[in-house]
Amino acid sequence: MWEQIRSNQIRSVILVAGMAALLLLMGYFLGLYFLDSGTGGVIIALIIWAVMNLVAFFQGDNILLALSKARKIKRDDYPRLYNIVEEMKIASGLERMPDIYIIDDPALNAFATGRDPDRAAIAVTSGLLQKLNRDELQGVIGHEIAHVNNRDVLLMSLCGILLGTIVILSWYATHMLFFSSMSGGRRSSSSGGGQAQLIILAVGIILMILAPIAAQLIYFAISRKREYLADSSSALYTRYPEGLASALEKLAASTAPVKSANQSSAPMYIINPFRKKGRAASNLSSTHPPISERIRILRSMAGGASLADYDNAFRQIHKGGRGIIPSSAIAGAGAVDLRVAVPEATQQEVELGKVERTREVSDLMWHLNNYKTITCACGTKLKIPPKLKSANVKCPHCGRVNRV
Amino acid sequence: MYAVYIIIGIVVILLILIASTYNGLVRLRNQVRNAWAQIDVQLKRRHDLIPNLVETAKGYMTHERGTFEAVTKARNLAQKAVGTGVGAQSKAEGELSGALSRLLVVVENYPDLKANQNFLALQEELTSTENKIGFSRQYYNDSVLRYNNKTQMFPSNIIAGMMSFKASEFFEVAAAEEREAPKVSFS
Repeated sequence: MWEQIRSNQIRSVILVAGMAALLLLMGYFLGLYFLDSGTGGVIIALIIWAVMNLVAFFQGDNILLALSKARKIKRDDYPRLYNIVEEMKIASGLERMPDIYIIDDPALNAFATGRDPDRAAIAVTSGLLQKLNRDELQGVIGHEIAHVNNRDVLLMSLCGILLGTIVILSWYATHMLFFSSMSGGRRSSSSGGGQAQLIILAVGIILMILAPIAAQLIYFAISRKREYLADSSSALYTRYPEGLASALEKLAASTAPVKSANQSSAPMYIINPFRKKGRAASNLSSTHPPISERIRILRSMAGGASLADYDNAFRQIHKGGRGIIPSSAIAGAGAVDLRVAVPEATQQEVELGKVERTREVSDLMWHLNNYKTITCACGTKLKIPPKLKSANVKCPHCGRVNRV
Repeated sequence: MYAVYIIIGIVVILLILIASTYNGLVRLRNQVRNAWAQIDVQLKRRHDLIPNLVETAKGYMTHERGTFEAVTKARNLAQKAVGTGVGAQSKAEGELSGALSRLLVVVENYPDLKANQNFLALQEELTSTENKIGFSRQYYNDSVLRYNNKTQMFPSNIIAGMMSFKASEFFEVAAAEEREAPKVSFS
């Protein structure tokens, strides 16, 4: 079943291999130009890549969480959040309870991290906790747990590091090239083979320009695919795609960006933390699929919560295109029923509603008796009897004098 | 000479395939067992929560002795039914769910109780425990599906047959209204 999503990552692996090839190619040509030996360049590229990998492997989670200014919570701090994470942990069959972090930020977002399920952590913003109801939060947490369970964090950090290495290499290469051409060009004077040199230089420059762009596009493509997969898994875990759909709707409606997010952590969030409202997300250069589309897919999952249902909904939205879920993951999974919605209103909302309704009714009664109402600057509504003679009324609450 | 090597190669590959299929079956079977144990963990949690809930609510709901007794009785019966087999246990748990939801309907009439912090915390715990029971059953069935597929599909069914891996039973709730864990909604 969903386990197979994990094993069936051939396309993702090919894309990662493509990025790695790009890195090596770049190292080779840069080496050829600067060091006169392609192997040397490849080795340097590999060393940079390995160092970055090591850092990410041992410190990546901590760095990401520290950058996001997340603080770890215990069960007693936020029992509801903890419970929901535990529910999703059970539904997904994850073995270890992930650590939970809170980011004090009014923006609505969440992300998962941890290179394997045993070191997983989930972080949510405090805004998210306030704005979402239980079912919606469950959908979001299901999405994050799916990232953990599908090993997306590992995949995306591998890709992110490759991308980072390529960007760094091309940045330094551009500067070195610029510098060496400014200072007279050591190379052109020492070696006579001008034409071969020129070709290498041309290829190198093209690579330096194109490689970061290509790597970024690959990175984004992988990221988007994993987002769809996580959505489908969340629907499968919760058996309730509407929860995630309505959560995404709320997330889409809020425009505040996550202050502490940075480019490298972007794919880990449930929605793109840098999203600007009103700008149609161009498909190729985005880490996340458009939210409206994700919502539409989730809402078109008629009749079931299985991966096959998500795949059908995806095809429906994309008008007969290819599905998003690997076919081996769909095979033999059987039908999955949807859960019935649990009507839920939090205590506070109900209380507020009652008070408001009572006020409305009483205001109406006053009006019927020809009373006028003046709203004082302090927010108190003053009811003025129709026979009042004086022109001013003192507010009983704050003492301000209001004109009738 | 080549023939010997080829035969040895084929045998080795076959052995590796058999071993990995066998290991896969064992892993899935353990997953099923573990998933079943998870359900029991959550049911036990519910049993543990109920005395607290009754204690907290009792002071506010003085006129509902019958309801409390029904819950407590159902809880004790369910606790006794632990380990008596899937059928008996799920029946007892179903009855407990029914008694609980009746209690939680009555709670609606007691606004004081609904404002009690202690009770609110218990309510969250109970809601979540009901969800967890549901999700652990769901995961159990998912695991059973995976395991059964493996024991019945070619070629792993050959190994399963030889090593007597038997198909597991799905968890099914008898009555349709018990299919859903009781709705704990206090709105």
